[in-house]
Amino acid sequence: MIQIPTIDWGVLMPTIIVFVTGIIGLLVEMFRPKQNNNLIVGLSLAGLTAAFVLLLGQLGAEPTTTIANMVFRDQLAVLLQLVMLGATALCFLFSEGYLRQRRIAFGEFYPLALWSLGGAMIMVGTQNLLMLFVGLEVLSIALYCLSGMARGDQRSEESALKYFLLGAFASAFLLYGIAFIYGASGTLDLEGFKIALYATDSTFVMAVFAIALMLVGLGFKAALVPFHQWTPDVYQGAPTNVTAFMSIISKVAAMGALIRVLTAADALQNFWFPALTGIAIATMTVGNLVALVQKDVKRALGYSSVAHAGYLLVGILAHLKMPVEIPLASVIFYFVTYTAMTIGAFAMISITAKDGKEGTRTQDLNGMWRKAPYAAGVLFICLVSLIGVPPTGGFFGKLAIFNDALAAGLPVLAITLAINSVISTFYYWQIAKAAFVDDEPALQTDFAHLNPGLKLTGAICVIGVLGIAFMASPLINSGSTAGRDTMSVIQLEPDVQDTPAIAVPIPTEVNQEVR
Amino acid sequence: MGTITTTILIPIVGMILLFLVPERYPKAIKWLTIVFTSSAFLASLGVLALFSSNQFNFQMVEAAPWIPAWGIKYKVGIDGISIWLFLMTTLLTLLAAIFSFYIDKRPRIYFAMMLLLEAAMLGVFVSLDLILFYTFFEATLIPMAIMIYVWGGSNRNYAAIKFFIYTFAASIFMLLGMITLAKQHEALTGVMTFDITAIQALVASGEFWQNTGNLQTLIFWAFTVALLVKCPMFPFHTWLPDAHTEAPTAGSVILAGVLLKMGTYGLLRFSLPLFPEATQAAVLPIMTLAVIGIIYGAVVAAVQPDVKKLVAYSSVAHMGFVVFGVFSLNQAGMMGGAYQQLNHGISTGALFLLIGLIYERTHTRAFKDYGGLKAQMPIFSALFLIVMLSSVGLPGMNGFIGEFLALYGGFMTAANGQYGLTLAYPVIAGIGVILAAAYLLHMFRQVFYGPLNPKLARLKDLKPWEIGLVGVFIVFIFWGGIYPNTFLKPMEKSINATRMMAINPAGQRPAWNNPNHEIDAQGNLVNINARTTTGDIDTSAGFEVVAAADYYAQGDSATSIQPKR
Repeated sequence: MIQIPTIDWGVLMPTIIVFVTGIIGLLVEMFRPKQNNNLIVGLSLAGLTAAFVLLLGQLGAEPTTTIANMVFRDQLAVLLQLVMLGATALCFLFSEGYLRQRRIAFGEFYPLALWSLGGAMIMVGTQNLLMLFVGLEVLSIALYCLSGMARGDQRSEESALKYFLLGAFASAFLLYGIAFIYGASGTLDLEGFKIALYATDSTFVMAVFAIALMLVGLGFKAALVPFHQWTPDVYQGAPTNVTAFMSIISKVAAMGALIRVLTAADALQNFWFPALTGIAIATMTVGNLVALVQKDVKRALGYSSVAHAGYLLVGILAHLKMPVEIPLASVIFYFVTYTAMTIGAFAMISITAKDGKEGTRTQDLNGMWRKAPYAAGVLFICLVSLIGVPPTGGFFGKLAIFNDALAAGLPVLAITLAINSVISTFYYWQIAKAAFVDDEPALQTDFAHLNPGLKLTGAICVIGVLGIAFMASPLINSGSTAGRDTMSVIQLEPDVQDTPAIAVPIPTEVNQEVR
Repeated sequence: MGTITTTILIPIVGMILLFLVPERYPKAIKWLTIVFTSSAFLASLGVLALFSSNQFNFQMVEAAPWIPAWGIKYKVGIDGISIWLFLMTTLLTLLAAIFSFYIDKRPRIYFAMMLLLEAAMLGVFVSLDLILFYTFFEATLIPMAIMIYVWGGSNRNYAAIKFFIYTFAASIFMLLGMITLAKQHEALTGVMTFDITAIQALVASGEFWQNTGNLQTLIFWAFTVALLVKCPMFPFHTWLPDAHTEAPTAGSVILAGVLLKMGTYGLLRFSLPLFPEATQAAVLPIMTLAVIGIIYGAVVAAVQPDVKKLVAYSSVAHMGFVVFGVFSLNQAGMMGGAYQQLNHGISTGALFLLIGLIYERTHTRAFKDYGGLKAQMPIFSALFLIVMLSSVGLPGMNGFIGEFLALYGGFMTAANGQYGLTLAYPVIAGIGVILAAAYLLHMFRQVFYGPLNPKLARLKDLKPWEIGLVGVFIVFIFWGGIYPNTFLKPMEKSINATRMMAINPAGQRPAWNNPNHEIDAQGNLVNINARTTTGDIDTSAGFEVVAAADYYAQGDSATSIQPKR
């Protein structure tokens, strides 16, 4: 008789809410009044809020797994899911106005984005590679559709096709890597993989190969150099709200999965650590240098997001090098500030869309200062934060990462990050300058009216960017256990390599039944 | 909330209130700014009233946790080195705000930026936490860059980004150095803190840099280069002429008067006390740069066709004197350097203000457009002459005292053969004084003498409020030249302590967080061997030492100083 695994509904509920809200949204879409998505937006925000509140309650809870180890909930998962929920809500707030201005007010945006978010939540909340892959596909397929949402706009179509073809290719790499892991360890569970890695070294070559392949797949999603080629085209072509959405969700999910995979593979650190160090340096440097010559704001911000992926990778590498001493608090902190400043910037740029037309060249922002001072102000603060000037959140995020990098003994990465911060000043300045220029004729005759949703997004982002320095402590404290509890599930020391894998207790259903 | 915090908060509150005033009432905006800058000035006078010259240590210390997880806190306090800079900031901002009644373009943001800048500058001079200092230090960049970019001259984009990137690029390595300091403190005590008094205590006892190899030199240069860029010192000075030329007048006054001082202040506050051995080793290269800067600034100033550029290059030379004095590591020299900071702020600030007053009338700054102004504007000419002579360093005016002390200090150090200095250094620096007289008098002759340029024939002389504005500077010029003790006395002990922190051998250095350490009337360090005992209350110093256990609970180092209630 097949035993039905116990299910901890509390752990699953936030993800379920997100998916179900998407389904309800799609149903509402069929019966809504023409071109009026307000009900869907309201519903989606309500769903996101409910999931957010439920997740907040799970902060600090013990790590647990459910449905036969398929879903894993720890502090890292909860925090990353919270970040993604918040980011999605911020995107939804300004999406409706933007979509109407672009004349693409399709109600499908919200369900698709919610499912994409759901996929991402699955991805960071699992230790099982198959679940990870399913999550990644749900995330990606919805994003492919979303980036092509501006039907008739060639760039949008190009971006969808490019993203889809390259993305499918990257997924294949990931899947191939997963297959190798299964071949090497006989399990799809990352903990089992970890035990197998410590238990024997016969699987060694296969495991190295597996990690390399998975790095390609996840590196693609996180936009790490050299797997970043899609980023500028897709960021430029996709509707701005979709760009904002995917710049956060895709990155957080992929980075979260990367942390899990690499934590499991820490026995192979000698192999992947130098590779990732090189990737981090390349990601920061290439992202910033290429951004310097961009003439399009969204493209420049696309490269900037590549560079920020590199900064994040520095923090992650510091954690992976000393997982116990250096928690993931800095990385979480950076994600939160990155969310606020990136969405703030994209949201403000979205006002260049008016009456079906949109111009995102740098000069298209000219005159923004006069015609839309609120938007120009928010954009400016977000850009200052992206540069990393105190007292904005971007500075404290970088400070945290510097801190970790130096503590982990990675001065080269810290210095590269410092140099890159300086390089990045130039192109952020160009964008800010464009918005504040007033002696050149403005190309954009008028900007879209700032609807309340956009204003609210801007206000939240500015409060986040400027206020995070004063609200940092709770965030750091809750982040200080992230990444540690993953380790606590299995206490493995290198000197217990001879211990048979079976001897290691895996607290799963047993614990559940005891409760 | 103490006096210092109040002073910093006043401009911030003012800035927030400004945004509530609609832009169509420029008068209201301007008057509101005046109200808040004058309140800040009054508050800083309150700080001066509470200040005591009898101790070298920080006074009116306020501390509160900020980000305990990273060892960052809000900690401010004031000592003899910062007290005058603190006052000069509020005074110059007030005067710059009054001058800015001329501003018609987007006044709300302009004055908001000015208030933000004031708050950040005030914070720089009182921060006792490295990250807090860095936050304020960098927070000055944005408002200043905006002031240059939006209200600047024709080449303002280039000037603004150059200003921004120079400082940002240099100081980000200082940030890495700060984190390394905190990490080193953590390695020694198990507590991560950016509190300079805690770090300096370990430096004073010699533990901090034990067995660290050349780490001290590395971080010293990370700090010092960032601060020298801000000074600015040859060869990092190239942003300054551009920034000054393009900046609006009030921006130039603040830039010359206060922003440059953040560099030299940082040298006194961080470079010397925290890296004693590295400081001594760096005397020769830095003095060389200072002397080159003095001569180079003077020579380049002499060939400028533009009044404002000339004054900008003269700043490079004058700040060279400040660095020269500070790095002579001699009591007189350091006093001179610290004093010269104030003089430069007053004299050059006044010069920029006068240039601004005439620029508002003629809209040109080139020498060829002037000539014979003396007959046309006698009051303006007289005021200009006084300010200019103070900048030259004429005896009886403030500039003389500072330059003389700095040169004397350099001379004594060289005469004693310390740090490899030779007498050539003070001698060449002395030539800089002569050159300053040459180029400034040359400028004066071109602008004020000779045949009157016909285009200037309809110029009117200064209005009474403008005379009053410049008059404030002139009062300080003579006060500082005739009775400098008012300004020198409060600095004396702090400078002396800083000098001993830099040159004494480990274990003989005064520590900021040991209230038993004092400097007697003869300038000698007493009670150097007295240990801080936990829970001990030292009434004479005005501080109480918080028990170590309490402080560990706050995530701080072993002992720290809290203001006594």
